[in-house]
Amino acid sequence: MFSEFFQFSFSGITLGAIYALVALGFTLIYNASHVINFAQGEFLMIGGMGTVVLMDAGAPIYLAIPGAIVMAGIAGVLLHKLAIAPAKNADVVTLIIITIGASIFLRGLAQIFWGKDYHALPAFSDTESLSVGGAVLLTQSLWILGIATLLVVALGLFFTRTALGKALLATSMNKDAASMVGIKTGAILTLAFGIAALLGAVAGVIVAPITFTAYDIGIMLGLKGFIAAAIGGLGSSTGAILGGLLLGLAEAYTAGYISSDYKDAVPFVLILVILFFLPNGLLGSRAVERV
Amino acid sequence: MKTTLKQLAAGAVAALSLGLMAAPALAADTIRIGSFLSVTGPASFLGDPELKTLELYIDKLNEDGGLLGKQVELVHYDDVGDAAKARTFANRLLRQDRVDIIVGGSTTGATMAAVPLIEQAGVPFISLAGAETITTPVKKWVFKTPQSDRQAARRVLIDMKERGITKIGLISGTGGFGASGRNVTKEIAGDMGVEIVADETYNPKDTDVTSQLTRIRGTEGVQAILNFDFGQGPAIVTRNYDQLGIDLPFYQSHGVASDSFLELAGDAANGLRLPASALLVADKLPKSDPQYQVLNRYKNDYEGHYNESVSTFGAYAYDGLQLAIRAIKQAGSTDKAKVRDALESIDGYVGVTGTYRLSADDHMGLDAESFRILEVKDGDWALTQ
Repeated sequence: MFSEFFQFSFSGITLGAIYALVALGFTLIYNASHVINFAQGEFLMIGGMGTVVLMDAGAPIYLAIPGAIVMAGIAGVLLHKLAIAPAKNADVVTLIIITIGASIFLRGLAQIFWGKDYHALPAFSDTESLSVGGAVLLTQSLWILGIATLLVVALGLFFTRTALGKALLATSMNKDAASMVGIKTGAILTLAFGIAALLGAVAGVIVAPITFTAYDIGIMLGLKGFIAAAIGGLGSSTGAILGGLLLGLAEAYTAGYISSDYKDAVPFVLILVILFFLPNGLLGSRAVERV
Repeated sequence: MKTTLKQLAAGAVAALSLGLMAAPALAADTIRIGSFLSVTGPASFLGDPELKTLELYIDKLNEDGGLLGKQVELVHYDDVGDAAKARTFANRLLRQDRVDIIVGGSTTGATMAAVPLIEQAGVPFISLAGAETITTPVKKWVFKTPQSDRQAARRVLIDMKERGITKIGLISGTGGFGASGRNVTKEIAGDMGVEIVADETYNPKDTDVTSQLTRIRGTEGVQAILNFDFGQGPAIVTRNYDQLGIDLPFYQSHGVASDSFLELAGDAANGLRLPASALLVADKLPKSDPQYQVLNRYKNDYEGHYNESVSTFGAYAYDGLQLAIRAIKQAGSTDKAKVRDALESIDGYVGVTGTYRLSADDHMGLDAESFRILEVKDGDWALTQ
C-alpha cells in the first residue's frame, strides 16, 4: 500500500522535475520581455538532439553536451536577433505568434538535417535506480531535481546580485526608463533569449536519459512546461518549480489511483482550477495596471 | 487572340487523343505493374524499402526474360504518406497508365483512400498495409500481404497459454496502433481462455509509465504483462518495467520488431518476448525451416544491392510482387478477372512474411503461426523454439 504510494510519488517527482526545468526557461524570457516563448521546447530539443548528433560525429559525451548547449545558446540569440528584434514595436501577442513560427521552423530544420528517429542518452550515474520504502527512484530524477534547484538559486543570484541581472529586471519593468539610464535594452533582451536557450538545452540534455530525445520532443515538453509555469505564476522561478512538481504529482496520482485514461486531462483541469481562484498563479506577483 | 486559343485547343485535343491511343498500345508490349507508395514523408520507413524491393526484383525479372515472354514495367508514384494524393495517383494508374495490377499502398490510410476507385475499375490490388479493415469484409479486388494485429495478438496469447499463463495485464498506447491492438486483444482473449485482469493506457508521447505498471503489478493474480504499441512508447514501458524490477514475463507486440527498438530500450529489453517476422532471425533459423531459403535469398539480395539492412516492410512488397507474378503466370494472361481468380486460388506460396493460403473468403492468407515468437537475449533477437 505504502510502497505504491511512494512509487506514484517518485514517478510524479520525476515528471514534475522535468516540467519544472522547462518552466524555468519560460519564466526567464517572460520576466525580460513579457513574451511567452513557445520555441522554448525547441531549445530542449536542440540540447538533446545536438548531444546525440555530436556524439554520433565522434565527440566524447563531456564535449558533446557543452557543444550542444552552446549550439542552443546561439540559436536563442539568433532567434531574438533575426525574428523578435526586427518586430520590436509589435505588441506582445504578435511576438508570441512569432515564437510559435520559430518553433515550427526549428523543428522542421531538425527533422530534415537530424532525422526523425528517437535516440537515447545514457543516464548520468551508473546505478540507474534506488530502492526506497519498496519503491524505485531513478537516480536521474535526483540529477534533474538537483540541477533544477541549482539553476533556480543561480538565477535568483543573477537577478538580485549582478548588474546585468538588475539591468534585465529594469528592462522588463520599464523599457524606456531603462534605456534612459543607459541600459542597452536591445542587447539585454538578446541576452535573455540566449540564457533561456542555454537553460532549455541543459534541461533537454538531463531529461533525455528518461524521455529519449527526437526532433519533436519539444512539443509535449514545451506545452507541459508552459502549463507548469502558468500554474506557478509566470515570472516566478520558485513558482515554476512548484508548478512543475504539482503537475507531475497530479498526473502520477491520477494514473495510479483513478485511471490512466484521465491522466491527460489533469493539466488542463489543474490550470483551470488554479487560475480561477488565483488568477496570477501560485506565486505570481499581483498585476499592476500602469496608468 | 482567337486563333491562338483555337490552336491551343486543337493542340490539346491532339495531345489528349495521342495519349489515349498511346496508353493501350504500350500496354500491349509490356506488363505494367502500378504502385503508389509513401517513399518520402512521415511513412518513408515503409515506402522506401518497399519501392527499393519492387525495383530490385522487377529488374531481376526482366533480366531473366520477363513474364509471359513480355518485359515488366513498374509505374510508380510517391504519395508522401498523404491519403488524398494516394487516391489521385490510384486514379492515374487506373485511367491513364492502364496498369494490369497494382502492388502498393504503404499505409492503411493510403490504401483505403484508393480502394473505392480500384473496386470500381476492377483491377487486382495487393496492399502492403496492415489494418484488418482492408480485407475484412472481403472486397472483390483487394488483397494484402501483412498480417493484421489480430494474428499478432493471437500469437502472443498462444505463447502465453503454452507457458501456463491465463491472467494478464495489458498496457497500450492511446494512438491508433495501440488502441486497435488493445481492442483485438480484448476481443479474442476470452475465446482463448486468457483473462485480462488489468487494462492500462498511456499517451504515446508520455515519458513515464511507472504509475500504470505499478497498478498492474499490484493487481491480484496477474501472471504476465503485454504492451501493445509502436514507436518510442514501448521503449519507455520496457525501461520502466526494468527499473521497477518487475519479474513477470513481459511481452511486446510486432509493432516494435526492429533493431531501433533494441537500441532505445537497451539492456532493459533482455528477456522480453514478441511476435515478429522470421526475417529478423533469418540467419539463425534451422536450414530445415520451410522459409529458410526464401528469407536468406531476400536478405542477401537486398543487403547486397542496397548496402543497408532489410526491413519487414520491404518484405511485404516482395511478397506482394511474388503473388502478383504467380497469379499472372497461372492466369496465363493479364486478363484482370483471371488474375484476380488466380490470386484467390494461391494456396501455399512460401513468402518472406509467411506461407500464404489465400481463398475466396481470406484475401490475406496468413495465420498467427506466420509470426515467430522471439526473445531478446543479450541485446539481440533469438528464436524461442
